[in-house]
Amino acid sequence: MSRAITLTLKVWRQAGPEQPGRFETHQVGPVSTDLSFLEMLDVLNEELTLAGGEPVAFDHDCREGICGMCGAVVNGHPHGPEPGTTLCQLHLRHFNDHDTIVIEPFRARAFPIVKDLVVDRSSLDAVLIAGGYISVNTGAAPEANAIAVPVRRAEQALDAAQCIGCGACVAACPNASAMLFAGAKVSHLALLPQGAPERASRATRMVAAMDQMGFGNCTNVGECAAACPKQISLANIARLNREFLRTAFRGEEDGEG
Amino acid sequence: MALDAKIPAGPLADKWDNHLAHCRLVAPANRRRYELIVVGAGLAGASAAASLAELGYRVKVFCLQDSPRRGHSIAAQGGINAAKNYCNDGDSVFRLFHDTIKGGDFRAREANVYRLAQLSNRIIDHCVAQGVPFAREYGGGLANRSFGGAQVSRTFYARGQTGQQLLLGAHGALLRQVKLGNVTLHPRSEMLDLVVVDGRAKGIITRNLISGRLERHAAHAVVLATGGYGNAYFLSTNAMASNVTAAFRAYKKGAWFANPCFVQIHPTCIPVHGVGQSKLTLMSESLRNDGRVWVPKKPGDRRPPAEIPEAERDYYLEEKYPSFGNLVPRDVASRNAKEQCDRFKGVGETGLAVYLDFSDASRRLGKTAIVKKYGNLFEMYEKITGVDPTVEPMQISPAVHYTMGGLWVDYNLMTTVPGLFALGEANFSDHGANRLGASALMQGLADGYFILPPTIGAYLAETGPDRPDPGAAAFAEAEAAGTARVAQLLSTRGKRTVDDFHRELGLVLWDRCGMSRSEAGLTEALSRVAEIRTEFWQNVLVPGRGEELNQSLERAGRVADYLEFAELLIADALARRESCGCHFREESQSEENEAKRDDARFAHVAAWEYASDATPPRRHEEPLTFTAVAPSRRSYK
Repeated sequence: MSRAITLTLKVWRQAGPEQPGRFETHQVGPVSTDLSFLEMLDVLNEELTLAGGEPVAFDHDCREGICGMCGAVVNGHPHGPEPGTTLCQLHLRHFNDHDTIVIEPFRARAFPIVKDLVVDRSSLDAVLIAGGYISVNTGAAPEANAIAVPVRRAEQALDAAQCIGCGACVAACPNASAMLFAGAKVSHLALLPQGAPERASRATRMVAAMDQMGFGNCTNVGECAAACPKQISLANIARLNREFLRTAFRGEEDGEG
Repeated sequence: MALDAKIPAGPLADKWDNHLAHCRLVAPANRRRYELIVVGAGLAGASAAASLAELGYRVKVFCLQDSPRRGHSIAAQGGINAAKNYCNDGDSVFRLFHDTIKGGDFRAREANVYRLAQLSNRIIDHCVAQGVPFAREYGGGLANRSFGGAQVSRTFYARGQTGQQLLLGAHGALLRQVKLGNVTLHPRSEMLDLVVVDGRAKGIITRNLISGRLERHAAHAVVLATGGYGNAYFLSTNAMASNVTAAFRAYKKGAWFANPCFVQIHPTCIPVHGVGQSKLTLMSESLRNDGRVWVPKKPGDRRPPAEIPEAERDYYLEEKYPSFGNLVPRDVASRNAKEQCDRFKGVGETGLAVYLDFSDASRRLGKTAIVKKYGNLFEMYEKITGVDPTVEPMQISPAVHYTMGGLWVDYNLMTTVPGLFALGEANFSDHGANRLGASALMQGLADGYFILPPTIGAYLAETGPDRPDPGAAAFAEAEAAGTARVAQLLSTRGKRTVDDFHRELGLVLWDRCGMSRSEAGLTEALSRVAEIRTEFWQNVLVPGRGEELNQSLERAGRVADYLEFAELLIADALARRESCGCHFREESQSEENEAKRDDARFAHVAAWEYASDATPPRRHEEPLTFTAVAPSRRSYK
């Protein structure tokens, strides 16, 4: 059943990338516990606007947990405390009346702050640009059922391919590493026969791009998988390492098998 | 100007091949001399941009989000149709064509829909080659399921996240072209206007959403893949940023807008929880494969579902439509849900929902099998409502979902402005008055991967590579208009927020131009919208400045356009004095309250031409003729 609760928010405010930031405290409520976290921020923003203030900037779009646009650190957890949940799918029924909630942007060297809770995550696309795809031109594909894929492989590939590119893994990692993000893409493609021809170069290129974009190294802390709203498994990092080493030992020419 | 759809001659099945054989071409070495603009990076935009860049054109891609991977195609759950007939259940290109035309209640073009069905198979081939992890059978082949409006299983899927996987495939193809230097990405950019020079689309004006600066971009042709306008209703299953602005600005620059009143209301969404709700969430139609829709037989029965015995449940879809049962098309399912709720048989706190019950399927196939099939949808439902649908039936309710109307395009996907193309949900072309499930992904990808590349080539071959000039007077004028509009929105400093106006507009549209429409209701809605719009420009409160990230300002521009566009939507609904597909006019119904089409007077596409802000738009008709299917009274009984 829905309840009405009042919350105290400590929200990070920062006018621009080079400006100093600070926490601002606001009361919001009473609001229904049926609201999502972002709907609660909508309520706050409406109140701030009407009071002549400036609303809190935050990224969001689909509000159904799939576009990967939203995300903030809530009480120390990227996307908040509920496991396997994006911020837009976190509902207020998981909070209590008079709770104090601290809301900060995702923090990482590779994610400069744009404004308030909005960060620039274009570094994630830069990692994919390095090789996160299969190079096939439109028109060149064979008949779809000519490529048989065992059910288990297809399911594992989809488990990895579920990544929504939100960056929570980077925000959760003490080193701000993007290994889970890159590992998910490398796994998805390495598990499928279609990905085999470029397998040898993909991992090395994506790892080089991560270094270049300022992401940190992986030290097997595991915070990334714990924070991932799609519960992408750490095994994908192991697979990325394996793919990387495989090329280190066998060379980029050795694409097959 | 008369509408010419440019449908190629010849038998239906040969039209597209004949057309391709005669399209003019741009030679490979010359393609790099052409610059193209693609606005929107969902399935249609990303697939078009990637395919055009593969051919060698230089492409600029614009999107609102921080990455082109986030277009709202990503939220499509259920699947994508194709006529592969892998299930050996009698499917064919003709049958997919037939189902789609019939599903659209005979208000789409035969030639377009036939081409769509023909291309459907190549889409699956291409997506598999890209590594899209579709569901598989144990032998390693692709799996299929069935969807509304069809009696075969032709829907390919990747759990409940097919749109995401297809979009990530197209996104990968796009990023590959970024690496190769053929595509430049412009994320966090909003198109404010179309620039037309000497009658041809030659560029756009954008606002950089981070710096707030207006920018001019010139090109040899402009492609709009900017999605639909469902957010006019405030609450819809669209993403928060989905908007009509790009399409509406193009309309004001001479692109005619077709069938704006065709708005699909999806039957299976999570019901509204109350004030503060910002959007509605769809539960995939695929759930109706195993879920049974019911309400209590007795009006006003408020007992919890478990306490209502089998004999007192009304499985109204199965009763009324025995051959399609729970898998009737969306418009039929939505209207029937409304009918039950109007008779006070609705359930839930608001009485505006119906049950979707999986207990029978659980008993038959085992709970594990059902959870495996729909697991992520069940989780999503539980996250939002706090109720486990394996324990208690889902409550579902109709919500605005997809807009079949859009910019009028000819067979080449070109609008009435030469050089301006519209793809995917942004055009009107293939779904008539109602779209079948799993057909939007098919259409977006057919447009982007296979149709636009040759047709835009033919246009470019004809116009030549003269470099468009961003210094032209038309660019300066469009930019000045954009600057003035931003200034006006910011300077009003009234007392009501943008969302407040948007919510009010949405309620008017939902009540008067939603699932059921009447002359009186629509007329009233027209005057209400005019009042809201007048007040908006006098009393809107947009905080902040123009030269910065200002999300209130972004929304204000979009709502301002919705307030104008809504009049067009209502005018179209008023002018179409028949019921067809999603468009139910109370004056035009049979004795059993089924929609009554009027082919004698309305077997046409209505295309609206902008005149001026002071004069009403002009309505034009493109007659629809049917040779391969006979328009029948649609029956799913």
